[in-house]
Amino acid sequence: MVGIVGYGAQIPRHRIKVEEIAKVWGADAPSYKKGLMLSEKSVPTPDVDTITLSVAAARNALKRALINPKDIGAVYVGSESHPYAVKPSGTTVAEAIGCVPDCHCADFEFACKAGSEAMFVGLGLVKSGFCKYVLAIGGDTSQGAPGDALEYSAAAGAAAFIMGKKDVIAECTHTYSFMTDTPDFWRREHEFYPQHAGRFTGEPAYFRTVKGAAAGILKKAGMTPKDFDYVIFHQPNGKFPQRVGKMLGFTKKQIEPGWLAPRLGNTYSGASPIGLTSTLDISKPGDKILMISYGSGAGSDAFVWKVTDRIKEARDLAVRTSTLLDKNITYVDYGTYAKYRHKILKNK
Amino acid sequence: MFPSRIWREMPQRYRLEASTCKKCGKIFYPPRLICDKCGYRKFEKINLPEEGKLKTFTVIRTPASQFSDEAPYAIGIIRFSNGLQMMGQIVDCDLEKLKIGQAMRLEFRRVQTHDTHGVLSYAHKFVPKWY
Repeated sequence: MVGIVGYGAQIPRHRIKVEEIAKVWGADAPSYKKGLMLSEKSVPTPDVDTITLSVAAARNALKRALINPKDIGAVYVGSESHPYAVKPSGTTVAEAIGCVPDCHCADFEFACKAGSEAMFVGLGLVKSGFCKYVLAIGGDTSQGAPGDALEYSAAAGAAAFIMGKKDVIAECTHTYSFMTDTPDFWRREHEFYPQHAGRFTGEPAYFRTVKGAAAGILKKAGMTPKDFDYVIFHQPNGKFPQRVGKMLGFTKKQIEPGWLAPRLGNTYSGASPIGLTSTLDISKPGDKILMISYGSGAGSDAFVWKVTDRIKEARDLAVRTSTLLDKNITYVDYGTYAKYRHKILKNK
Repeated sequence: MFPSRIWREMPQRYRLEASTCKKCGKIFYPPRLICDKCGYRKFEKINLPEEGKLKTFTVIRTPASQFSDEAPYAIGIIRFSNGLQMMGQIVDCDLEKLKIGQAMRLEFRRVQTHDTHGVLSYAHKFVPKWY
């Protein structure tokens, strides 16, 4: 049995409301809130980046896995906001959790799909016997250009999963990936903010790809939406996952435990992975969970997870994602947010 | 901070590695080669706990230039259950609500960025315990 032996999340404590951003740009907040189905997003402080979020999430995963970090054979960090252009995030994470030097590290990039990419590769290495355990992380401190629609949703957070064969919390029974060259969202080298193709990011990109991945994995697994207790989609906003879920025949009850975008925003590579952590937090042994990521460019990784008895003892060994999402929140104004996100140009 | 110093201090800054004298049990952070209490030279490596209690603190309003964007911020000393004390920055807190004796958790954070081109240095900062 190959699957998740430990999982954990990290979410910054600061938030900014849609109204606060809209006020600065003269935009209509109710329209944005309705259009995006999103009321606020997380904001990282200047001392928080993809590496620090990844370390915190990985430590929570280790608390649930109850393993020696030295047994982790590979550390993969998926993000589109790696702090360095040249130097891996994974080595810092591996050093901080104490699994160096006997491990393999790599940083993955694939827009918002980089985290599930790390999970996919990690599962393969464990299944093949190359590694006893693999730590796979999806995390971002994503940037949206000032005044752009993305600024209302681009958020920060990370989720970490330790893949292994022994004492599995959720077995991965099937995987499927759907990939095409669809240029809906990109950031060229040396550019600070990403660009997107407006409405083209919807039907030909997100919806076509997620639906393609769903059709592929349902066929491969011989299952229908009714066979699942929960489903998690990538959530660039609150609306897209609800809409694609309805198109595919999933109910709100199946979507809601992993539907965090309305209060968290889009954590990019962390989005569907954090949704999976919050779903595992409330799942029962035997539950079946479908997770479908989405990364612009474009592709989706789909996974079928079957929760085991070990969830009962593991889930409260570390902080629950709902606690990180709902408690101890500090709201910031736009000026503070702009300073935290380095949007203000200063004299050198 | 020069990259070689960041690299040298990683076990302490990243993993909170300390050492305990095998003879008298005194704990050192950072580790030492010779125990200053009993003179013994053999130590056992330990990792410090993730939590401690705030012993004292002050608020910095006129910081060194590399921390100017963070002012005002608090610096405090926390005491671990094993008696060891550590100084560090307190973050994610309301400065007016900090209290001596308050439980603190250690979190891995960026410490210095060296403008936009230098090596990033990471270590642990203190965050008021809230869960």
